[in-house]
Amino acid sequence: MRITPLRKMAVLMAASALALTACGGTEEESGSSANANEIKVGILHSLSGTMAISEVTVHNSELMAIEEINAKGGVLGKKIVPVIEDGASDWPTFAEKARKLIRSDKVATVFGGWTSASRKAMLPVFEQEKGLLWYPVQYEGLESSPNIFYTGATTNQQIIPGLDYLKSEGKKKIFLVGSDYVFPRTANKIIKAYAEANGLEVLGEEYTPLGHTEYGTLVSKVMAAKPDAVFNTLNGDSNVAFFKQFKAAGGSAKTLPVLSVSIAEEEVGGIGVDNIVGQPVAWNYYQTTEGDVNTKFVEAFKAKYGADKVTSDPMEAGYNAVYLWAAAVEKAGSTDVEAVKKAADGIALDLPEGKVTIDGATQHVYKTARIGVIQPDGLIKEVWNSGEPIKPDPYLKDYPWAAGLS
Amino acid sequence: MLSQLPIGLSIAGALLLIALGLTFTFGQMGVINMAHGEFIMAGAYTAYMLQGVFSGQAVLAALPVAFLVAGLMGLVLERFAIRRFYGRPLDTLLLTWGVSLVLQQVARDIFGAPNVNVTAPSWLDGRLTLGSVAIPYTRLFIMALAVACVVAIWAYMNRSKQGRRMRAVMQNRELASCSGVVTERVDQLTFFIGSGLAGVAGVALTLTGPIGPTLGTNYLVDAFLVVVAGGLGQLRGAVLAAVALGMLQSYVEFWTDASAAKVVVFAAIIAFLQVRPQGLFVMRSRALT
Repeated sequence: MRITPLRKMAVLMAASALALTACGGTEEESGSSANANEIKVGILHSLSGTMAISEVTVHNSELMAIEEINAKGGVLGKKIVPVIEDGASDWPTFAEKARKLIRSDKVATVFGGWTSASRKAMLPVFEQEKGLLWYPVQYEGLESSPNIFYTGATTNQQIIPGLDYLKSEGKKKIFLVGSDYVFPRTANKIIKAYAEANGLEVLGEEYTPLGHTEYGTLVSKVMAAKPDAVFNTLNGDSNVAFFKQFKAAGGSAKTLPVLSVSIAEEEVGGIGVDNIVGQPVAWNYYQTTEGDVNTKFVEAFKAKYGADKVTSDPMEAGYNAVYLWAAAVEKAGSTDVEAVKKAADGIALDLPEGKVTIDGATQHVYKTARIGVIQPDGLIKEVWNSGEPIKPDPYLKDYPWAAGLS
Repeated sequence: MLSQLPIGLSIAGALLLIALGLTFTFGQMGVINMAHGEFIMAGAYTAYMLQGVFSGQAVLAALPVAFLVAGLMGLVLERFAIRRFYGRPLDTLLLTWGVSLVLQQVARDIFGAPNVNVTAPSWLDGRLTLGSVAIPYTRLFIMALAVACVVAIWAYMNRSKQGRRMRAVMQNRELASCSGVVTERVDQLTFFIGSGLAGVAGVALTLTGPIGPTLGTNYLVDAFLVVVAGGLGQLRGAVLAAVALGMLQSYVEFWTDASAAKVVVFAAIIAFLQVRPQGLFVMRSRALT
């Protein structure tokens, strides 16, 4: 059959219409021009692409925080208006959108990022443009930009407490499993230094490419080494494949605990509770963390986004970031970046995870470390915590054994 | 050492399943279908949907249903888009890539961005122990399914009228057309079967891997590797290539690590294609194409 130009056109139009609908979720909110009664802030997460899975949840909790603050009268008597951008799981896009938010939207601050790669891409932009970024995810440490506030855990608030926990449980021989990129490799360097200083033995260290789904060989290597515990820094989909195949090979929390630092409430459903029940994880917040602030936070989140939704550590850290910024702005009496930075030091708020204090010197926050165990209902129950918020130490200066790392 | 043998075979089984569909659409028809991975995803989500009805047995029930669902998706794609791009491989590649992105977003809108889970049937919970070697039943199931699919495809191609027509069109389109074969119909059927097989693979992969909107991208490259290394449209080539790649990957990973294994597999395929650009087996045809 001959294809007439008209037909061709129709097909093309149909295809582009489809493409447009597909992108519909990512269009930005058109912010009105600068208004004396409004403060614009940027929200920059991946709403599309491979990281959308995780980042949309943080995006949602940040928007909820803004809504709550506005309902209570806003900041400095002004309404906070979010300008939403999509980082599209692409690091150069994050840098580009960050520059756009600062230059053309003239936002007071930006809440955004998830992967270390996206943060590293945005860092020079915020430093050049003298902007301010609030980064909400646990990361590998060894960084302290004057233009970034880190509300997720650095290594001494998550990984080191995780190791302390394993040690206190009498685990002497550990096996390291991770995805092959900057966070797991840096984390494992720290773990090996810790192990040497604390009399633990590292039996093996294995990396798999991001998105890897074939764990038969790795699981049999781990099992053959007979460790007391596995320290897992796998990221994303790989965790699903790893835990399914670990269970199929006869592994369970009873025979071999696998401590994970990238699996939160959100991920448990996708892995399948059966495959991971009883396994420990290390974070600073769980949906089940006790306290009135958290009860309200969880209720509000479920009311807004659906009763089947769960809250997790990065979401909570994003939510905190908005409140901490607002408190700093109130204290400074202005949204000027330098004034806000100065005012931020020492700000302490009662947030879902408990008391959170900003450490002005590192621009990180004091956080309580918590080890939890995954329950049959998919939630995580705390079994151990550090007792008090741990001072952030991104360069591990207070740990003599870590001297050679940074 | 010995324990790597079943692991290699099970990797081969999974590789074969994801590649079988491509031996039809890419191998037989020469369509570079970047949306093949999304048909795998459709199969996986079919199992997830059926879980509401069949609960623990969803995986079994989903096998035929996923074949139909993915097959129909393929048929629609062929009817309304790919058919207009035959003989223009680059355009087809761009078109199907676009379709794959659209399908990923559609899945995200319907099922949400987070992964979902399909519970494996309880009778697949366990493992077969032979001396020091233990093989999970899920792996055995995937291998058995791959073998069953290969046998079915072989019978279809060599024993059925439709299969004979398919081979005729592949070997010499003009001559087949002159002899009264409705090539358009054959193309549709070929694409239907190829896409349907991707759906079946998707169901099987729920047993070992993640189920999310981007699931297909994890497997697409591997599927193409098997088909290219095996020789276009060659069933025995695909089988041999899958076994060879599975073994290579499992043993190299055993001695080094997963990243190195990936590199070695790619390097081996590049080197192999230098010697035999047409793959393991080649179809002999007198067609002047």
